[in-house]
Amino acid sequence: MATQNTISRKSDMSGQEYQWGFVTDIETDLAPRGLSEDIVRLISSKKGEPEWMLEWRLKAYRHWVKLNDAESEPEWANVKYPKIDYQDIYYYAAPKSVTEAPKSLDDVDPEMLATFEKLGIPLQERAKLAGIAVDAVFDSVSVATTFEKQLGELGIIFCSFSEAVKNHPDLVKKYLGSVVPYTDNFFASLNAAVFSDGSFAYIPPGVRCPIELMTYFRINTADTGQFERTLIIADEGAYVSYLEGCTAPFRKTHQLHAAVVELVALDDSEIKYSTIQNWFPGTPEGEGGVFNFVTKRGRADKNAKISWTQVETGSAITWKYPSVILKGDNSVGEFFSVALTNNYQQADTGTKMIHIGKNTKSTIVAKGISAGHGNNTYRGQVQIMPGAENAVNHTQCDSLLIGDKCGAHTVPYIEVRNPTARLEHEASTSKVSDEQLFYLRARGLSEEEAHHMIITGWSREVFQELPFEFALEANQLLKVSLEGAVG
Amino acid sequence: MTLAAPPTSVEKYAAAFESLSDSGTPDWLIATRLQAWANFSELGIPTARRGNELWKYTNLRPLADAGFEYGQIGPVSLDQIKSAGPWDDAWDTVVVVDGNFSAQLSSLNGTPGLTAGSLGEAIAAGTDNLESQFASLAGRENYAFTALNTAFAADGAYIGIAADTRLTTPVHVVFVTSDPTSSRATYPRLLISASSNSSLTIVESYINLSESSQLTVPVTEVFSDHDSQIRHYRIQIENEKSFHIGTARVNQKAGSSFTSTSFATGALIGRNDVHTQLDEPGAECTLHGLYMTSGQQQQDQEISTTHARPNCTSHQFYKGILSGKSHAVFSGKVVVERDAQKSVANQKDLNLMLSRGARIDAKPSLEIFADDVKCAHGATAGHVDRDTLFYLRSRGVDEETAKAILIRGFADEMLDEFEPAALREFVERTTDDRIATLLAESDTLGTV
Repeated sequence: MATQNTISRKSDMSGQEYQWGFVTDIETDLAPRGLSEDIVRLISSKKGEPEWMLEWRLKAYRHWVKLNDAESEPEWANVKYPKIDYQDIYYYAAPKSVTEAPKSLDDVDPEMLATFEKLGIPLQERAKLAGIAVDAVFDSVSVATTFEKQLGELGIIFCSFSEAVKNHPDLVKKYLGSVVPYTDNFFASLNAAVFSDGSFAYIPPGVRCPIELMTYFRINTADTGQFERTLIIADEGAYVSYLEGCTAPFRKTHQLHAAVVELVALDDSEIKYSTIQNWFPGTPEGEGGVFNFVTKRGRADKNAKISWTQVETGSAITWKYPSVILKGDNSVGEFFSVALTNNYQQADTGTKMIHIGKNTKSTIVAKGISAGHGNNTYRGQVQIMPGAENAVNHTQCDSLLIGDKCGAHTVPYIEVRNPTARLEHEASTSKVSDEQLFYLRARGLSEEEAHHMIITGWSREVFQELPFEFALEANQLLKVSLEGAVG
Repeated sequence: MTLAAPPTSVEKYAAAFESLSDSGTPDWLIATRLQAWANFSELGIPTARRGNELWKYTNLRPLADAGFEYGQIGPVSLDQIKSAGPWDDAWDTVVVVDGNFSAQLSSLNGTPGLTAGSLGEAIAAGTDNLESQFASLAGRENYAFTALNTAFAADGAYIGIAADTRLTTPVHVVFVTSDPTSSRATYPRLLISASSNSSLTIVESYINLSESSQLTVPVTEVFSDHDSQIRHYRIQIENEKSFHIGTARVNQKAGSSFTSTSFATGALIGRNDVHTQLDEPGAECTLHGLYMTSGQQQQDQEISTTHARPNCTSHQFYKGILSGKSHAVFSGKVVVERDAQKSVANQKDLNLMLSRGARIDAKPSLEIFADDVKCAHGATAGHVDRDTLFYLRSRGVDEETAKAILIRGFADEMLDEFEPAALREFVERTTDDRIATLLAESDTLGTV
């Protein structure tokens, strides 16, 4: 099975380096460096977008310029990085061979297929065995989407964002920016102006999507920013489970990734969104790596449920707060996260749960692991609005420290405006206890194995939320990412 | 980052600063004041709503807009003080009226090893270490209110305790705002210096005798030398039109212990900002507090502890009861620095909400840079539900009594911390009175 291959391949590798750091040598169509209205127009015209889409981008661009002039790049997060020169980035990079969109998988550049093969992403027949529909995004462009036809029979739309703009403009127009408006924040504005592709999924009323949908993101070209946009709509009573994975080549310069994900869960529907974020974390000395500045938010209507699960092992810097607006009565929001920082990685991640409807419920389980010189911050907000009668929140954040040069921080914001709400927040920070280690060592495990076993057990609450194959992968990833941190 | 308010908020204080008398003030204090004033002029009252993390939830606009007078001290009688706050004839009591020590109202028993009295006199007398201690913890950092207090620092109370002296009877420092009619600004200052191996119980209380809006910006500095033990209580019961922006800075040496329990029910905007620095190995601090708010009150607890060295322990535990349209903020912070291995830190904030319109903002945060630590925190907000009330009613307790029992039950855990009998009696009585007000403004207790 495909996933099995991936795992065995990964376990075979005994090195401590990032194994997804290769570069694919293919011809690339690059827009000039820098950002201007012309670049926004160029991206839009390359994609053959309708007028309304361009207008939206331009509004976003003008807003971003205002923010940039006012120096409103967010500074509150506990991360440090050199100032980004937004004029020194390529905002559009596309593999030349797909400038004309491939009709089927057979038309896709074999170089690229080989890349995804190498990454263990099933694009070909074996995808059928894995039972996952994949949308593969290479640099800024979606190169292949599998199972489109089979899903189409159920009325499910799963395609690249550009195709959705062409083929389903009404849906895109209705929901684009409805959860994350282009004015939301600095990086969301930037994304809205220059996003080049991403995935789009629509599940019609009452349909339970039979297979998992997956998008795989890959940054290839040097100095490019990747700005994809994902929009998922679960219509009334629908269900979908969505997976997201990402890697980037080994480069000594930083790459910017500013994505936006919008989830719309209409009445009685459920969206489960799982991420394994494995962008290039930089060298062990802290050179290079991806800046992952992502805005993810979902809106849950009446009786709807949105669940975010994330395993964050990659990126030099992670700035990410998948959130749920619990708008409808009885809606449910969940956030499960394991974030790992090793070497010089920094992560400031968490969630926001905004309770608006009555009897809304949210659960937050956040686990942070810091090793090496890594700094890991949980930053979360739980807001109970005056109308959120009987809202319930339970938050648990645990941090684990490995080594004496790292840092673990917890910054929860709890805001209660309704007296009938019940909120509980707990957090703990500790190291792997010597007793536990001794117990396992006494039973013949090496120090590294013992550490891994304890950390896996500690992360179990989050891993069990992941789809099975993803959970195995996450576990391996954790092991690889922690290599060299122990002993 | 603190952003400066428009200069008008500074100008209001400028005239009073200009007219401060320097006579008899040592040069070092004049220099400290000038530096602090320069600091305050630059910072202004922190009213900015963006990027102002320290005042994220409490809007100081009403304070920045208000004007205050300086000058004459109103008449104060001992009976007024006794009836307004806690009192015990056996205690050593230092009374400070409108920021100035009152020898006439104070009652000092000449306890051996204890120096208690006027801060101004202690400075003038060149008391040991005072020059190096004064404003070393509060007043030189980038914070508007300690700068404001330091700029006006002239008098207040000084409590010193000699090495190896162990006092069992509490020392009481009462800060009284006297003026019956106009709005006045006062900047009380308290400096506590506990020498090695000493032990001290101190009650710090803030009362005002007027019905009008007052501004009190007190600063307390505590120096806790090695193996000293300080049991500290803070009572803030100012009137509900006033602004009380209090700051305490504590420095603890090896093996010392500092335990502080705060009781805050007063002021329109009340702030209790406490920072303890665990500066040497083996120090321990416990910060407790109970706050109760009603009407339009805001109570803001800004509690932080820094573990700078190994083997220190800290506890933060606060409880709040809110009714009416009141607003409470708890912002707790524990920082464990790189060197501070084997640190143990706990942080907890529990809130009871009794009405619609009440609002809680809690931010219990941990910043940890050492790996061999045990740190935990928790925060809750909730209400008393129908079932709980029904349980008591079904056992024959009438509704009003049942409600009062439930609230009192929640508060008791904190009231138990007040050990001196007279103090305990006072906080219990005040709590029961408060509960009546809280209940009168409650619209959700036992109904949902």
